[in-house]
Amino acid sequence: MLELKSVDAGYGTFQALFGINLDVRAGEAVGVIGPNGAGKTTLMRVISGLIRPAKGSITMEGHDVVATPAHRIVDLGIAHVPENRRLFPRLTVDDNLKMGAYMPGARAKYAERLEFVFDLFPRMKERRSQMAGTLSGGEQQMCAIGRALMSDPKLLLLDEPSAGLAPVVVQQVFELVKRIRASGLTVLIVEQNVQQVLKVVDRAYLLEAGTIRASGTSEEMMKTDTIKQAYLGV
Amino acid sequence: MNSRHAAWGVGLAALIALPFVYRDPYHLHILVLILIWSFAYTAWSIMGRFGLVSLGHGGFMGVGAYVTALLWNHLGLSPWIGIPISMVAAGALALVVAYPCFRFRITGHYFVLVTLALSGIVLQVITATRDHTGGSLGYTPNRAPSGHGLIALQFDDKTTWYLIALAVWVLGLLIWRWVDHSMSRYAMEAISEDEDAAAAAGVNVTAEKLKITLISALMTALAGALYCQYQMFISPDTVSGIAVSLQMVFAVIVGGLYVSLGPTVGAIITIMLAEILRISFGTKAVGWDNLVYGLLLVIFIIFLPKGILGSVLDRLKTQPKKPKTT
Amino acid sequence: MQAFLDIFDIYLLEAVVNGILLGGVLALLALGLNLIFGVIDVTWICYAELVMIGMYGMYYMVQAFGLPYWVAAPIAILLVAGLGALLHYLVIEPLLTAPPINQLLATGGVLFILQSFATVAFGIDFRNLGIRLPVLAIGDMHFSYSRLLAFVAALIGMLAVYFFMTRTYTGTAIRAISQDRQIMSLMGVDTKRIYLITSALGGALAGLAACLLVLQYDVHPFVGLSFGPITFLICVLGGLGNFVGGFIAAFVFAEIISLGGLFADLEWGYVLAFAFFIVMMFIRPAGLLARRS
Repeated sequence: MLELKSVDAGYGTFQALFGINLDVRAGEAVGVIGPNGAGKTTLMRVISGLIRPAKGSITMEGHDVVATPAHRIVDLGIAHVPENRRLFPRLTVDDNLKMGAYMPGARAKYAERLEFVFDLFPRMKERRSQMAGTLSGGEQQMCAIGRALMSDPKLLLLDEPSAGLAPVVVQQVFELVKRIRASGLTVLIVEQNVQQVLKVVDRAYLLEAGTIRASGTSEEMMKTDTIKQAYLGV
Repeated sequence: MNSRHAAWGVGLAALIALPFVYRDPYHLHILVLILIWSFAYTAWSIMGRFGLVSLGHGGFMGVGAYVTALLWNHLGLSPWIGIPISMVAAGALALVVAYPCFRFRITGHYFVLVTLALSGIVLQVITATRDHTGGSLGYTPNRAPSGHGLIALQFDDKTTWYLIALAVWVLGLLIWRWVDHSMSRYAMEAISEDEDAAAAAGVNVTAEKLKITLISALMTALAGALYCQYQMFISPDTVSGIAVSLQMVFAVIVGGLYVSLGPTVGAIITIMLAEILRISFGTKAVGWDNLVYGLLLVIFIIFLPKGILGSVLDRLKTQPKKPKTT
Repeated sequence: MQAFLDIFDIYLLEAVVNGILLGGVLALLALGLNLIFGVIDVTWICYAELVMIGMYGMYYMVQAFGLPYWVAAPIAILLVAGLGALLHYLVIEPLLTAPPINQLLATGGVLFILQSFATVAFGIDFRNLGIRLPVLAIGDMHFSYSRLLAFVAALIGMLAVYFFMTRTYTGTAIRAISQDRQIMSLMGVDTKRIYLITSALGGALAGLAACLLVLQYDVHPFVGLSFGPITFLICVLGGLGNFVGGFIAAFVFAEIISLGGLFADLEWGYVLAFAFFIVMMFIRPAGLLARRS
């Protein structure tokens, strides 16, 4: 479904990604793990077009992502839940969700999608007329995921969904991810919480200093010594 | 450095000698205008270069011109006293508006809009007091009886005016240099970069900004008063209001904001431009000069934000360095 | 003495009502400026000059081409909306990454261009539509229909903007964009397009104001100077980008101008408004309705 081939990317003169090869097949959940500053967020941004790769190719179901204007990438079926959620704090939950359905294709299915999101997160229905900035951390994460789902995506990019949340809420968030998977979406998730994320994904990549160091199924990854020592603390 | 001083000395001597050698009254007239406006533009740039973009200077200039003329006509007060009073008035106005702005960190857009409104209001006051100021029809200082020209600061002789304007212009450059070299400049630079850091480093941000504003307003009022004394006619549109404020900004940007002679270059370009347009269009010139001004202002900001002199100097400075960087 | 007070009260009441009527149009202008500032982070110094061009548009359509007012008005609104979009496209867009002050000064250059264009093209004579609307008499008070019409139309215009902003996708995007500019593309929003639409909308509001003001005031190239500065003060006092603050400040200023004009000339009303503004800056420096965050 999504395929990255030898992608280089960075900010100005600073290069954050070096020759990334990565693919996500339809229906899969794939994780990208690694330490702070490894380039995980950059990887997400380069896929959704927030930054453009210096080299390499990115394709989504055969469409050239690099050649697509940033604001049309969502039309290819890629929805990005950015780091720190990035809701519109002074818009209501309803309006935030509406923004997720901004593309003409999504507008037509607005009512249907809204029902889907409210089914998934009944809490959002209760809070729909509340300003997004006043929601709790967990609710904000729901709202952010809900906003991404409004565009009826095929691939959901989740950037650190557990960051800055209380441990109990982190559990809930990973529950959410499971539910989203169950609804048939393909998910690419970036996480520092390696233990949790390996439980929900089928495969994972280890990203360190901008390059992919290892990859494999979650079981394989969990057994890898380096990951055990560095990330699982076993 | 010495050769630089020498160059300034020679240049100045040549400028002083000029009216004694070359007496074409029209050209002298243009030079006087250029010098007076250069002084006003220099006054503006003293503030502008630190990011204090004021569009209120038309207001200060109007106060300088009108207060001086009104005191002379109504109270018979000599401009020698009237000009200082008008400067104090403009300074007071500047402080009243600037103090709350700086105290409460009204910067950027807000500062521009507040000062812009100030220009507009001064223009409104001049128009509203039409019984005294003649309103939009303009105002003429009374002619002094012959022999009293010195007291009334009225001279028919272009050479005298040229020398006065030249002295004031040099004064303006000296003030520019003084601000440029004084501590307060470093303080101001710190302020325009990062106000909080400057405040943390013990710089009294508000006081420094007020000082610069006051100097700038006093100079601008002086320029307005001199313009009035020289032209012997003022109208709200020529010495006050938003258009005059914008004209100052335009000239300084065209000339170059960060070099001492930038405002002078701006004055030369804008006044020559206005004169050329006036001569080539004749009476139809009304509006055309400002149309070209406006177009050039927009084009300059988009393509040459450092101004003509600034860009030229930049190029001169960077060219010898280029081999080093490669 | 009693008779004097009676008359005085009636004039006072009339001035208060006229102030409210004036406030409507000022609020419309403040809304346009705030909208553009809120979305694009730029202030159009030449905003009142767009109104002036709109007023000339109305004058020529009605006087020279003999169009009825109701036909000319929508054309004038579209004309100024187009002008707003053009201003953004030609001047602001190339400067989007430049320091904000440069954008501001560039619109100052446009002010020069529009004023002198009007001088060159239309001359400096005062012109009016020649439409005289009747005066409404309530008791001893007199209100001109042109002001009532202006007030009602301004309110309708603002209401239309409100519905556009809350009910449509584009309107929601306009509200969202100032809260997080970078992620707009993730929503599939083309920020450049939103900027252009906002500029056109801001222009349309200036056009509407032009249609209303041309019924009350003569048009000349410098007419913008009589309400431009006051609009800026309103926006600063209400907080740039703050729609509600601008709305309230517009009526406060309109009352000051109207009541000030009762005692002296209208110009003194402006001076009074400015003095009030300075005092308010000492009392509430962050604006009338500062957003506490």
